[in-house]
Amino acid sequence: MTATTASVLDALAEVYDPELDEPITGLGFVASCEVSPEGDVAVALRLPTPQCAPNFAFLMAADAREVVRRLPEVRDITIRLEDHYTGEEINTALGRGDGFTGAFPGETADDELASLRELFLRKALVGRQSRLIEELFRRGAKLDEVAGLTVSDLPDVRDAQRCVELRRRLGLTADPDAPAFVLPSGEPVLAGELRRWLRTARLVRMSLEVNGGICRSLLRAHRGVEVDDPEEVVLG
Amino acid sequence: MYERGGEKYFVVDEHTHFWDASPENWVKGQEQYAKGWIECFHAYMGLGPPETHWPLEKFMKYSAEDYERDVFEQGHADAAILQSTYLRSWYTTGFNTTEKNAGLMERNRDRVIVNGRFDPREGEAGLKQLEEDAKRYNLKGVKVYTAEWYNGSRGWSLSDPEAQVFLDKCQELGIKNVHAHKGPTIWPLDKDAFDIKDVDIAATRNPELNFIIEHVGLPRIDDFCFMATQEPNVYAGLAVVIGGLMHARPRFFNRVMGELLFWVGEDKMLFGSDYGIWEPKWQVEGFIDWTMPGTEEYSDYPAVTTATKKKIMGLNAAALYDIPVPEELRLRDETPAAREDAQLVESG
Repeated sequence: MTATTASVLDALAEVYDPELDEPITGLGFVASCEVSPEGDVAVALRLPTPQCAPNFAFLMAADAREVVRRLPEVRDITIRLEDHYTGEEINTALGRGDGFTGAFPGETADDELASLRELFLRKALVGRQSRLIEELFRRGAKLDEVAGLTVSDLPDVRDAQRCVELRRRLGLTADPDAPAFVLPSGEPVLAGELRRWLRTARLVRMSLEVNGGICRSLLRAHRGVEVDDPEEVVLG
Repeated sequence: MYERGGEKYFVVDEHTHFWDASPENWVKGQEQYAKGWIECFHAYMGLGPPETHWPLEKFMKYSAEDYERDVFEQGHADAAILQSTYLRSWYTTGFNTTEKNAGLMERNRDRVIVNGRFDPREGEAGLKQLEEDAKRYNLKGVKVYTAEWYNGSRGWSLSDPEAQVFLDKCQELGIKNVHAHKGPTIWPLDKDAFDIKDVDIAATRNPELNFIIEHVGLPRIDDFCFMATQEPNVYAGLAVVIGGLMHARPRFFNRVMGELLFWVGEDKMLFGSDYGIWEPKWQVEGFIDWTMPGTEEYSDYPAVTTATKKKIMGLNAAALYDIPVPEELRLRDETPAAREDAQLVESG
């Protein structure tokens, strides 16, 4: 079976903006997606402003390439970043299959941007856990119960699934009997620390969500793109 | 001065601009950057109420009369600070230079304060220029813009030894307020370019200087709050928080203000309109009318009182810049905001 626009878009939904921990499809970053009958895929990405950070832009474009590459029956892949200050450098490097150093020779030594990615995976884990705990509170859980929960106790909601994904990507255990809430180091959040930890986690969460909100506002104001944004709460 | 509900507010707009981003000022060969920059700013204007939006042409270059009317007559400011940002790689005569700002100060001696700037990559010549600017314009503050492109370099860091030379010079010249602006930015390419760690290091090394972090470190409000809690000389500049969120994203605005009041405290938060990105009038009036909703979601944020608003709207900035405040506009009871809770909570 040949790849279709729908199957490519499904694949692109697995690409997350590393800074916001949201899928690029939900953020409106996919400007166009075309699949030829022969299976050639052309995806154009568009960020809210031409000054958006080149490193995150590169990661999203490279990740987009990777998820499309994994689809069966795909021939050529062209990922283009539109209207960006370093778009030319990034597009040229992507076209050649180069890493980040290929895009900016002499300006960077970190080809995979691994430490940058890890920093934001940690923030995402903190932010997601904060949201998950608030969901548990809404369901009637009490503070002293939350610290004792394990991964298997978590409700089947997107934030819980994402926390497990993030822990695996960070090399932290997410086994069913592992603690449900952990510090970015992997140590469990202790009952006595939970209240204070929540205070910082809520701040991290707010920061990620507000940035997502500003991105959406700018995309609307600058590019005329309307994206889903119910009640100013990040979904997905 | 703004009067509302029987209360009088002394208004200091700590973050305003008087730029020239018109096509005549674009550097040849760099037009895409000059154009992209101002169009991006213009998009931010779109986050304010529609009736306050300007056409792009006016936005690129507005007049001294526009500034005086929007900031003082309609914007209620008793004093306003003009920040300087050069961007000479993209704008021939500079985007927003100290010299151009000084033209506005000449016309408004009693109410316009001009801040200078420095860039450590300019070396000796830059130091000399800073010294001249400080004397000519009686500088009490500078804006530093670490994401500026210069001779092939895409940015610099406040923790560089070269930057410390300039910070020493600031102290020597009586410049005590350093307004740091992060982004929209490019460098360092393989790290988090919005990281504010360099400000943290500089603030610790230079306890006599005040560091005002513009747009509260957005998009890194979390890092900013953790830093501001620990550094007594770090302040929050609210440009973009009020302009970018209060109208467009009111619930986010409540949460951001709640977190800032908790972590940073009302004594260290300063109103700035970011004019001409947004007109000040709707921001000042909206902020004075704003209340934190009484719902559960916001229940453990500090209380927002009239005194809170008076401090944020002008009294805090007046203290940093030694702006005289008429007796009737001062606070009667000077009690510092409690931040003990925040100090107990560690970063991480």
